[in-house]
Amino acid sequence: MNYNWDWNVFFKSTGIGSEIYLDWFVSGLGWTIAVALVAWIVALIIGSVLGVMRTLPNKLLSGIATAYVELFRNVPLLVQLFIWYFMVPDYLPESTQVWFKQELNPATSAYISVVVCLALFTAARVCEQVRTGIQALPKGQSAAALAVGFTLPQMYRHVLLPQAFRIIIPPLTSEFLNIFKNSSVASLIGLMELLAQTKQTAEFTANMFEAFTLATLIYFVLNMSLMTFMSWVEKKVRIPGMMGGAK
Amino acid sequence: MIRFNNVHKWFKDLHVLNGINLQVQQGEVVVVCGPSGSGKSTLIRTVNQLESINEGEIWVDGKNVADPKTNLNALRAEVGFVFQHFNLYPHLSVLDNITLSPMKVKGMDRAAADKQAVTLLERVGLAHKKDAFPAMLSGGQQQRVAIARGLAMEPRVMLFDEPTSALDPEMIGEVLKVMKDLAESGMTMMVVTHEMGFAREVADRVVFVDHGQIIEEAHPEHFFTNPQHDRAKQFLRQLLTPMN
Repeated sequence: MNYNWDWNVFFKSTGIGSEIYLDWFVSGLGWTIAVALVAWIVALIIGSVLGVMRTLPNKLLSGIATAYVELFRNVPLLVQLFIWYFMVPDYLPESTQVWFKQELNPATSAYISVVVCLALFTAARVCEQVRTGIQALPKGQSAAALAVGFTLPQMYRHVLLPQAFRIIIPPLTSEFLNIFKNSSVASLIGLMELLAQTKQTAEFTANMFEAFTLATLIYFVLNMSLMTFMSWVEKKVRIPGMMGGAK
Repeated sequence: MIRFNNVHKWFKDLHVLNGINLQVQQGEVVVVCGPSGSGKSTLIRTVNQLESINEGEIWVDGKNVADPKTNLNALRAEVGFVFQHFNLYPHLSVLDNITLSPMKVKGMDRAAADKQAVTLLERVGLAHKKDAFPAMLSGGQQQRVAIARGLAMEPRVMLFDEPTSALDPEMIGEVLKVMKDLAESGMTMMVVTHEMGFAREVADRVVFVDHGQIIEEAHPEHFFTNPQHDRAKQFLRQLLTPMN
């Protein structure tokens, strides 16, 4: 193959002010992190609530959580994003609609859509992990908690969830990385996150290979750091005397 | 203190409790024994409603536990329960295992709860293990912590569901000794166990259960020397001379 690699491309001016192409990647990375991190926090909260609901004796509550999981897990992420971005705003109340479509900066409205989409999509997956974490605990744990007079919320808060979350750190880590990778769908609704900036650089400079190599490298380093952080967390919360977390 | 009135329970077609009538007086120690699958564990778990019942009444300290209006959390706070498999909270230190429920259920402050926990640990001979985690302890030590955890709620009754069945033989004694001390302190106790030595020495009454029914109820001395019912005789024979 005949391709002249030119790594200097990232330090060339974009022609807009004193900006160089590398600045685009930095700003893209900033958006990627802003999308993924906020969506992750929301997903973790909603997913945990749903996961707990799925293990409750109440049929209605567990049914709602099950229906949620099936709905969000069985529709492609991209379809969900288009629904949130193109369809849902049309069904909002008039004033909210005007605000969302006209008053908001287009980047902000795209940002809101993609955060909502990723958070709700990932919540379904977090829910399943929280549920399996709780169900993996020995039955004796809930019996012991009930026997001392704990209410159901106290039992989850003090006995079941601290153990369940320790068990599910490895699969949760994988979901945490996924949300960063999935955030690249935002490029399809015009949010200038890392992938969108990469594509733009490729188009402006015709140095497509360099642009995508750099993007690959950034995603890789980012996810490796997240993984290292999560294994540190896992060690930090490990229960003394036990191999690899709770029994 | 505890009164069973014609209690029935079914697991689908299996009639696990078939018309149980039983009373445990304040300060009394009642040992429940019987072959495996006889319903004795189910029986003791109905007292604090870890198992529900289908028919009849169970009165604990003047409250009908099967009544939906009874506040089960409040009732359970007064009834200590010790499990066959200890069920300590593995993510908490020994001290925190004991202080958790007094603090969260009774609203005791941390200093008072810690102080009480240390006293209880001294009582079960494990004060030096207060900062250990359950996985670092032997089975016998875990069960003694579990007893201390139950006592921390200052219960009016203690229930024991085969507390020594999961232990290695050399650890059974230390747990039974703690239970014996507890009985001598005047605690009302209901104990499901195969430890006939304990029954003989500590129990005020032995209840023999088979096929979900109480077949024999007697003072331990009578039960061991002169069992009335054939199935009780057979059970004792198997327990005392398992090879024959």
